[in-house]
Amino acid sequence: MSAFFAMGGYAAYIWPAYGISLLGLAGAIALTMRAYGRAKALLADLEREGPA
Amino acid sequence: MTGQSRWASLFAFANPARFMAFSGRILPWIAGAAALLFGVGLYLALFVVPPERQQGDTVRIMFLHVPAAWTAMMGYALMAFASLMGLVNRHPLADVAAREAAPLGALFTALALITGSLWGKPMWGTYWVWDARLTSFLLLLFLYLGYIALWNAIDDEVRAARAAAILALVGAVNLPIIKFSVEWWNTLHQGESIFRADGPTIAPIFLWPLGIMALAYTLLFFSLWIVRIRTAILRRTVRARLATAEMR
Repeated sequence: MSAFFAMGGYAAYIWPAYGISLLGLAGAIALTMRAYGRAKALLADLEREGPA
Repeated sequence: MTGQSRWASLFAFANPARFMAFSGRILPWIAGAAALLFGVGLYLALFVVPPERQQGDTVRIMFLHVPAAWTAMMGYALMAFASLMGLVNRHPLADVAAREAAPLGALFTALALITGSLWGKPMWGTYWVWDARLTSFLLLLFLYLGYIALWNAIDDEVRAARAAAILALVGAVNLPIIKFSVEWWNTLHQGESIFRADGPTIAPIFLWPLGIMALAYTLLFFSLWIVRIRTAILRRTVRARLATAEMR
């Protein structure tokens, strides 16, 4: 198991590469879904108030 | 309202509406496939692929670096194509599609640069070198950021779309420069090993996980792009409703 984390001595490069990539992609998913949810909620509020 | 302008407003409305219906149907499938491919691809990349003969375990960075770089370039090509459609056909949905691709493209470009840098240090002995491939790819990031800045700098949406579209199209020249930079100039970056006339030069044990990760990145890009376009359409509907409410 520790051999796996050592990555043949290249852990200092491989794990940051994986960490930053996953963080970046997960962050993009989270931000995108939050903005989408907010826009949907805003429109739903307006529609509850009655037809335009 | 004249017949012609009624038709024009109908046309402008119908396509976003059609887009919402169509994209709503396909989105779960694309996003689901992306999640599945990420699971399989990451498992193969970290647990199944053996250390490469020369690069050792650092070859595992390839499965992040190459898909991010491909997706970044595909994103730019899509952005430029949508920009062209916006310029030529004056279609508002095309402008929205181009605008919403840019932040995603910038992210994938940044990830390609960072993972490339983390791969370069152990293999080349340096995080960065100002050679043709790396410099043209850094320019891709600046093109994305400049495109976003241009949209934000111009208040009038029609003018902003036109200016940004021209920047996107001019910047598209950079795509073939990135692609062929490893052939045209001397560089530390390795040459093309996948899309070659004589077939890929890397072993199947590396090629398969790379293909799976590339598809995962591509489908994730499309999923996020679709959701961002949907968000923009919803926001526009909100603005239109608020405007009509104000008029009464």
